[in-house]
Amino acid sequence: MSELLQFTFGGLTVGFIYALVGLGFTVIYNSSKIINFSQGEFVMIGGMSAVFLSYAHFPFVLAFPIAIFFSSLLGYILFKLVSISKNSSTTSLIILTLGYSIFIRGAAQVVFDKQMHTLPPFISNTPITIYGATITPQAILVILVSLVIVLGLYVLFNKTKIGKAMLATADNKNAAKLVGISVRKILIWNFMISAGIASIGGIVLTPIISTNYEIGVMLGLKGFCAAIIGGIGNPFGAVFGGVLLGILESFVAGYLSSEYKDAVAFIVLLLILFFFPGGLFGSKKFARV
Amino acid sequence: MRNKGLFLDKGIVLMIVILCILPMLLQNSFHYEIAITSMLNAVICIGLNMLVGYAGQISLGHGAFAGLGAYVAVILSTTFEFDPVLSIMISCIVLAALAFLVSKPILKLEGHYLAMGTLAIGIIISLVLTNQSDLTGGPDGMGVSQFSIFGYVFENDMQWYVISAFLLVFSIWALQNVIHSPFGRILRCIRDSETAAKSIGADVPYYKTYVFVLSVVIATIAGSLYTYYSGFISPADSSFTRSIQLVVMIVFGGLGRIYGAVFGAVIITALPQLLTSLHDYEQMVFGAIIIFVMIFMPKGIVSIFDRFRKEEI
Repeated sequence: MSELLQFTFGGLTVGFIYALVGLGFTVIYNSSKIINFSQGEFVMIGGMSAVFLSYAHFPFVLAFPIAIFFSSLLGYILFKLVSISKNSSTTSLIILTLGYSIFIRGAAQVVFDKQMHTLPPFISNTPITIYGATITPQAILVILVSLVIVLGLYVLFNKTKIGKAMLATADNKNAAKLVGISVRKILIWNFMISAGIASIGGIVLTPIISTNYEIGVMLGLKGFCAAIIGGIGNPFGAVFGGVLLGILESFVAGYLSSEYKDAVAFIVLLLILFFFPGGLFGSKKFARV
Repeated sequence: MRNKGLFLDKGIVLMIVILCILPMLLQNSFHYEIAITSMLNAVICIGLNMLVGYAGQISLGHGAFAGLGAYVAVILSTTFEFDPVLSIMISCIVLAALAFLVSKPILKLEGHYLAMGTLAIGIIISLVLTNQSDLTGGPDGMGVSQFSIFGYVFENDMQWYVISAFLLVFSIWALQNVIHSPFGRILRCIRDSETAAKSIGADVPYYKTYVFVLSVVIATIAGSLYTYYSGFISPADSSFTRSIQLVVMIVFGGLGRIYGAVFGAVIITALPQLLTSLHDYEQMVFGAIIIFVMIFMPKGIVSIFDRFRKEEI
């Protein structure tokens, strides 16, 4: 029992990180129908800049907003690249974002370095014991931060004017323009928010699993799996997908084989694509293949 | 453009001339390595271009298929001491069967979903190759037995140059014949509109499966030859990065353009070698070049030559 609980705790922690990355995909996809393959790099940049700012003796309260800002700036640059590109074919846009992710990874190697880095835990590091299983306060913080962001996005999209403008843009760009929404501004916001929440994930994750310039690749791909499992375009789906993946992965690592833990996300992804192409919560609009 | 099978156009003649002159300019093993690697990559890209460029079905898993194919051939010839040519043939059959099985559900997907599906299969293959270390040598890879055709052992660069060049010219010639045939026209029709293809009575799933299996077999042959040439294989040959590299090559050169795939393969293979002088900046520059081409030359590098062309294919 305590073992099961322990694996669940581990799974929840990573799961919420996948969820944050997945949410990032969702925010950009919803407004622009672009799958951003550099999403994982935003996570990496968040974590790495936070680490290096803290090396430069910036206090956390300053370092984190600056790290998030860096990442959002990268989101903004991606928007610029996409908007000056006159090409809208799916394949070319996929390659464009892949090129961007290679560029960011290369730049991170130069600006930072190739070593593993970590941050000290933000709050007390004494594990809490619940029914024989332990969880660190840092892991609880990861879960809480993710929940706050999900809730924040929910409020943003459903209760605020700008959020409604975002939904309108996602639904029909021309109609949104007609009612006076600046589609361009909305898209910029979406790209920056997407990068920003990914980088928050990167920052809170760093004390738990450490970071280096390559960490974004797998995180990005798994976040992507999370988004598709939940039904791409659906924020709650992304969260559900992420948590499901995290827990499954943790169980497979614990009970079956730790070598094949990375395969779980992709096997689940294939099953979902074959049997529920719109994702578990996908609306019919996205389910058409 | 009608033709009856055995035809030679200006492009392929020029290609043969270049390939004949090139060895005079190659001065050392390193030059040969770039040339041979470029040519074998170009062969994989020609097959992949048929799938992505002509039939419009993106695959982010071809690097893994090529790597798996190479592993099957190498394990047969190295561990079980099969004849290398026989090993490659068996490997082609195994990979064709796998591609056939996979293609049924996966080619029902389209766009991003297809990209993700093929990517997932690629990563699973790569993980299996890394973790089944009793067979594959694990992350450290394994040495590869010598390549020979009916007892004729390949041991110098020139022999490898000739076989790669031969394979490349053959692939270009074969692809030209395929795309100008009714089969090729249906592929392009599927790319432009699947509904239109169905409405004229084309069995769309059949064609998609056919071209998918064919491109995997081509990747297997070129991938296996490359590992025999390099004498070493590791899971990096089947990684996600490798698959991406292959797609970048064809998109970079120009999707659905025969020489686009060849151009792209040569440039993307040679570039990192030339960029090593930039050391740390290599990846950054590589990424920047991809971004630049995608934004300003969305039809690929070969589109520069379009202004000199009179006739559109």
